[in-house]
Amino acid sequence: MSLAPSPLLELQTVSLRIEGKLILDQIQLSLHANEIITVVGPNGGGKTSLIKLALGLIRPSEGKVQRRKGLRVGYMPQRLMVDNSVPITVERFLQLAGGRRAPIADTLARVKASAVRHAPLQSISGGEWQRVLLARALLRKPDLLVLDEPAQGVDLQGQQEMYHLLGAIRSETGCGIFLVSHDLHLVMASSDRVVCLNQHICCSGAAHAVARHPEFLALFQNSSAEDIGIYTHHHDHQHD
Amino acid sequence: MIELLLPPLLVGLLLALISGPLGAFVVWGRMAYFGDTLAHSALLGVGLSLAFGFHMLVGVALVTALVAIVLTLPSSQRYFANDTLLGIMAHGTLALGLILVSLAGNARVDMMGLLFGDVLAVTWDDVRFIVAGSALVAVTLLFTWRALLSCILSAELSAAEGVPVERLRALLMVLLALTVAVGMRVVGALLITALLIIPPAAARRISSTPEQMALKASLVGVIAVSLGLGFSWYLDTPTGPSIVLAAVLLFMGIHTLAPERAAR
Repeated sequence: MSLAPSPLLELQTVSLRIEGKLILDQIQLSLHANEIITVVGPNGGGKTSLIKLALGLIRPSEGKVQRRKGLRVGYMPQRLMVDNSVPITVERFLQLAGGRRAPIADTLARVKASAVRHAPLQSISGGEWQRVLLARALLRKPDLLVLDEPAQGVDLQGQQEMYHLLGAIRSETGCGIFLVSHDLHLVMASSDRVVCLNQHICCSGAAHAVARHPEFLALFQNSSAEDIGIYTHHHDHQHD
Repeated sequence: MIELLLPPLLVGLLLALISGPLGAFVVWGRMAYFGDTLAHSALLGVGLSLAFGFHMLVGVALVTALVAIVLTLPSSQRYFANDTLLGIMAHGTLALGLILVSLAGNARVDMMGLLFGDVLAVTWDDVRFIVAGSALVAVTLLFTWRALLSCILSAELSAAEGVPVERLRALLMVLLALTVAVGMRVVGALLITALLIIPPAAARRISSTPEQMALKASLVGVIAVSLGLGFSWYLDTPTGPSIVLAAVLLFMGIHTLAPERAAR
């Protein structure tokens, strides 16, 4: 091991064009183990493309995406569309990722989805899907966890639980977490860095704990809200 | 009698056994039309074998495998939906195949047998090819089952997890092509997709895991082939259609009689 560990993932001045249209413009980003980066930005700002680049699903038009050798990636997409013709339960779906001896019961309990263990995959709700997909990603014991809008369609309570869980997983396993959120202002408080993406990186910085914000404290009736953070954008430029 | 019936029965049962699991993938992946296209292109394989004088099943296997690979190539096509392209491919190869066959001389080929199958005319030579082909398909499916299933459920998720999705897709198409070559002898080019789709569709209703569905599909296929061959032998009905009709009746029976599941 070298003294300065190499990043799990590094985007070196990456640009992406699709049919001539510039989608991402010279993105420079690196993610280390034990680090959480949240990417926020408007729809059409290139968040999904960034995730696909990071996962190696698409190639950049310019620049380089460097992943550490032997990197184990756990990916949590937004939701899967599984054809009704496939007879498959949540448990079997998870076995496909982790193998038959995988700690499926424990992992499901961890993401609070034990109730759907024997349910057909097509019958579970949007919120349950996200937990199941997170369980699947965790079963792969990833070095890098990539999440596409993990808190979408979930209420603030659920969002807080999800963020709390992700924070705990990071502390336990030391994995890097790369997550994308459509919410411009409410982010995971334990994010080490928040990156605002609109074709290029508009700004990036630390999230401030929501806990200090009186209005959010009121919203949670003084229950613990420290898992959700607020990100104040400090843009140094304007788009027309 | 048993000597006459043994080769067709053997070939039919082998086809039913491999088309169970493979057909399940066709149903799950909504690839029925891909199967049809491969089956149509099989006629081109027949035409080419006649023109160049090699074994018909070899010609069929080669052409369908080639078409399968062409179909998996990423297309930059943006004017038509996929089914239009598949249709062009299917009917283009079918037409060319039919012309080649007729140019080669009608007397040498039983056209009805090619289109609708003539398993009773199967020779021991065919049996050898079909045993080898089926064994290849079965073994490949066994070793790639988990990865293929993963791909069918979500290609993107599998690709992110490092599964070689494109290669597996091509492999599945080649297996389909081989099965079409094998199945053409039994139910004919126009009916082979039926044997891929109907047994898994029947099995879906009485299965709660993908593996159950694949195995029960094989079982339904075996019963359909046995019943169809029986009809054909005693009532002198065309074999391919008899097998397909038996499969359809089994499908209807299972879906009528099976209790409604809480699970969808």
